[in-house]
Amino acid sequence: MRPKLELLDRALLDRIVDEAFTLLETLGTKVGSPEACELLASAGARVEDGVAHLPKDLLQPALESAPHEFFLYDRQGNPAVHYGSDDVHFDPGSSCLNILDPDTQQPRPAISGDLVRMVQITEMLPQYAAQSTAMVCNDVPSEMGDWYRLLLVLWYSNKPIVTGAFSVATLRTMIELLVADSGSRQALREKPRAVFDVCPSPPLNWSEFASQNMIELARSGVPAEIVSMPLAGATAPVTLAGAIVQHAAESLAGIAIHQLANPGAPAVWGGAPAIFDMSTGNTPMGAIETAMLDLGCAQVGKSLGLPTHGYLVASDARQIDAQAGMESGGSALLGALAGINMISGAGMLDFLACHSIEKLVIDAEAIASAQRLLDGIEPRAEKLALDSFAQTGLHGDFLKLKETRLLFRKEQHFPSPVIDRGADSNVPNIISRAHQRANELLESYQRPEISAATQEALLAIALRETKGLRFGHLPGIELTVPTSQFDCHPEQAAFAQRRT
Amino acid sequence: MQEHFTAMRQSVLDGAPETAGRLAREALAQRIAPLEVIDRGFVPGMAEVGEQYAQHKMFLPDMLASAEAMKAAMSVLEPELKRLGTERPTAGTVVLGTTKGDIHEIGKTLVGTLLVANGFNVHDLGVDVPSEQFAAKVRELGADIVGISALLTTTMRGQKTVIEALEREGLRSSVKVIVGGAPVTKHWAEEIGADGYAKDAVNAVSLVKGLLEHRFALNRG
Repeated sequence: MRPKLELLDRALLDRIVDEAFTLLETLGTKVGSPEACELLASAGARVEDGVAHLPKDLLQPALESAPHEFFLYDRQGNPAVHYGSDDVHFDPGSSCLNILDPDTQQPRPAISGDLVRMVQITEMLPQYAAQSTAMVCNDVPSEMGDWYRLLLVLWYSNKPIVTGAFSVATLRTMIELLVADSGSRQALREKPRAVFDVCPSPPLNWSEFASQNMIELARSGVPAEIVSMPLAGATAPVTLAGAIVQHAAESLAGIAIHQLANPGAPAVWGGAPAIFDMSTGNTPMGAIETAMLDLGCAQVGKSLGLPTHGYLVASDARQIDAQAGMESGGSALLGALAGINMISGAGMLDFLACHSIEKLVIDAEAIASAQRLLDGIEPRAEKLALDSFAQTGLHGDFLKLKETRLLFRKEQHFPSPVIDRGADSNVPNIISRAHQRANELLESYQRPEISAATQEALLAIALRETKGLRFGHLPGIELTVPTSQFDCHPEQAAFAQRRT
Repeated sequence: MQEHFTAMRQSVLDGAPETAGRLAREALAQRIAPLEVIDRGFVPGMAEVGEQYAQHKMFLPDMLASAEAMKAAMSVLEPELKRLGTERPTAGTVVLGTTKGDIHEIGKTLVGTLLVANGFNVHDLGVDVPSEQFAAKVRELGADIVGISALLTTTMRGQKTVIEALEREGLRSSVKVIVGGAPVTKHWAEEIGADGYAKDAVNAVSLVKGLLEHRFALNRG
């Protein structure tokens, strides 16, 4: 039996969905994109002053056309992440501006080299089924902040990617990069490698960017992950149930826009809800109530037949300490038990303001434990214990038994040396152990094989985009293809040539 | 008389705007000087709210309710102050807003509410505010402080743009710039040349008071 945790009983679940439908019909939702307003209006919504009132008759078909499951694929075209049923995957938290410096353990602005290292380590850790565009690189102009993260991930990884755009224009650049990576628009549509987070603004506001983003993604066939973020008590009702209603309403509106733009396009019922701490005004991602919101929201999504996502495994601690371990480990277990398809947030500290490679490595151990938990307690033979006792009698020498040797690998998960189980009482602390493990992973990392044509296509897009920004190089990219073919700014060509 | 002041103080602590307004009207009817009503009745209530908040005995919703009670009392007392020509000395003028491209308002609204309750004249520009608009309002009001909020990692760079706009307009030396928002850090504030950063609304009030200490006599007791 696979263990499973649900926080809402059927009656409460039904009330939540009912109130979400009522909210969208009566109060409505702000929708900023004129095209989205037109789509909704033509499907029967009443749209007045940028507020769309969505009747249940409009929402129901959207829920029916949205796929119940889909896959993200790796570079080789293998299905690698299954969004659907109770399958659970983890990826690092995303879009962080700061990193805990690996040497000083103090926060500082993240740069391209940090993202490259995090991508390489994520690539090496099987606990992470997907990469994320984890950091905003402070060493490139902000105008290229979103697509540049994706370029670096594509450059250094085979895994699927959880990402997101900062504007409609750069969303197009990012889709172009994915098309270049997949080979064609059709190939990307058939085997998408990335999912894009799209965030409505609480309460009930699909901004022009967010709503247009949903339309563009639906039409490109690249999956959209709706990340509604109610803050219970501040931008959402204070009760957890009330905040889950708001999450459901915002997500339903997103699904409606998305499915009207392209029925059948893949979408995820995601979220990054949190409570609003009434003492500090912060939004604690490590609070138990935040995890409860994630679980409640995901359960609503599952009841509607949609793939799910949540934001867990992050901690509010500023340093890697017992609080970080407690919050991240606890929420990794809860997310896994809830069967959330994609759980983002690993590696993050300080209310999502700071990333840490060492924490990502430690979180991988918590995730491995959660994954072991999901395997549950299974009978491995006809007799559970009697056959073993028949051999040992009351001597109890189980270590020598054939079954022991046959089955211990199935029964026990073996953590990396990050987890101290040894006999040596003088082991370095967990940060040092994680630091060492990160270095070992980096040493054994090998860059994926990417065809020259694909690299060329990716770089051509990057150099075209940087041209207008008078930015002369691509930090973090090691060029391995001749750059003479690029029609680019002489300064960039010279730089690229130097790096070749 | 002291009983009146105690009740006023309590109405702020209770977050009871109707009671606060009624007590203010009663005090005026009894010809107690409005400035005395403010300084001996309502301001001590707000001061105690701050203390209780610091001790985790009161929380943000309590504090907002107290600010509402303070506002209700002031809306009764301020017209009378004006009529008597004894306008309450403002603690300073603050312009607030959220950066261009950012539509999050709760943080700066909280800061604004607490600043008003603490005697500041606050002009809230709202959300998604272009840099030029910050600069124009600072010029128009001769503001002492400009507070720039950003919730997103992508929009916090707009805080720097506002500082640049103030520099371009020749206003930077006459106004103190404070920044806040979830992704903002002290390091970031220093990097972009802001004068101060506070991690939450209560600390923002202390920050503003500290920055203006040398300019204004805040203690009107």
